[in-house]
Amino acid sequence: MELMTEYLYIAAIITFGGMFGYFLEASGLGSPKKINAQFVLKDWTVFKVMFTSIVVAAGGFLILDMLWITDSSTFAIPTTFFWAMLIGGALLGIGLNVGGYCPGTSVVGFFSGRIDALFFMIGMMIGVFIFALIFEYIEPLYHAAKGPDSQTLSELIGLPGWIIVISLFIMAVIGFIAGNMVERKSNGVIKSSDLDND
Amino acid sequence: MNISQKPRKFWPPLIGGIGLGIALLGMFVVTGHGLGAYGFYKKVVLWISNDVASGWTLANAYLSTSLGKGHPLAGWVSWKVLGIAFGALVGSLVAKRFRFKVERGSGINAGTRIILAILGGALSGFGAALARGCTSGLGLSGAATLSVASFLFLMGFFIAGLITARITKKVW
Repeated sequence: MELMTEYLYIAAIITFGGMFGYFLEASGLGSPKKINAQFVLKDWTVFKVMFTSIVVAAGGFLILDMLWITDSSTFAIPTTFFWAMLIGGALLGIGLNVGGYCPGTSVVGFFSGRIDALFFMIGMMIGVFIFALIFEYIEPLYHAAKGPDSQTLSELIGLPGWIIVISLFIMAVIGFIAGNMVERKSNGVIKSSDLDND
Repeated sequence: MNISQKPRKFWPPLIGGIGLGIALLGMFVVTGHGLGAYGFYKKVVLWISNDVASGWTLANAYLSTSLGKGHPLAGWVSWKVLGIAFGALVGSLVAKRFRFKVERGSGINAGTRIILAILGGALSGFGAALARGCTSGLGLSGAATLSVASFLFLMGFFIAGLITARITKKVW
C-alpha cells in the first residue's frame, strides 16, 4: 500500500472507531448502571441501540450490495462453533452483571472517567491469560460443533437477505414498543443526571 | 470530581443506534471487518507475555497463532481502539458527562466494586477468548452481517445476563 493510501486507511479506522465510541457514550452505554438496568428490564436502551444499529448496518449492506458498491459476502463473517460461542456469550453476560462492562464499553467507560472500568480491563487480561494457560484442556470445547464457514441466517433458513432484514426490523419495532411500555411503568430509565449522585 | 456543570442528556436510543450502525457500515466498507475490542486485549496479553516469557508464548497453542512480524500492537486493531477511546473522551467532555468516579450502587463500597470489576473482567476476558470475540466484535458486528454465529452468541449473552442480573442487582 502506498503511504498516502495507508494514512487514509488509518484515518478512516480512527474516524469510524471514534464514531463508535462517541455514540456508545452519547447513548449512555459507558455506564455500568445503565447497562445493568437493561438486564433487570427497567431501561431498554441496550436492546434499542443494539437492534437499531444491526438493522441500519444490515440494511445498509443490502443497499450498497444492490448498487454494486460493496460485496458484503467478502466481509469477515464469523463461523459458528456452537458450544464455544454459546458458553462464551453466557460468560460475557455474567461478566457484564458482575463487572459492569463489555470489552468495548469498558474502553468507553474508562475514557469518560470511570476508574472501575480500568480494573475491568485488567481483569479481562487476566481472563485471556488464564484461557491461554489452560488452552490445551479447553481446545476440544473451543473447536466443538463447528458450523459451515461464515454461515448467514439467510443461508441457514433459506430466505433472501432482505426478508431477514425486514424481519429484524419488525422485531426491533416490537421491541421498541414493548420496551417503551415497560419503561413507562417502571420509570426505570437512567438519565445522565441520575449518574451524578455517586 | 467536582460537579460544577450539569451533564447533558443522553441521546435517544434511536439516534445512538443509527450513529453506531453508520459507524459499523463505514468500518466494514473500509476494512471488511466490524468494530470490536477483544482483538486488542488479546494483543496486549500477547505483547506482555512475549516480553516476559517469549519461549512459553511461542509454545502456547492459543497465543502463538497471533504472533506475527513486528510489534503485537502495530496494526488496525490498535487504531480502532484508539478511535473508540478518543470518541468517548471527546464526547463525554463536550457533553459535560466526564466524571472521575467508581460507578456502583449505594449498597456496596468502592473496594468491593473494584474486586467485582476485576472478577467480571476476568469472566469476560475468558468468555471472549472462548467465543472468539466480544459483544461488539462478534455480537453486534457479526449480527449486522446476519452471521448465525453472532445470533447464537447474543442468545447466550442475553439469557445468561437476564438470569444472573437477579443475583447481582445489589451491585448496581
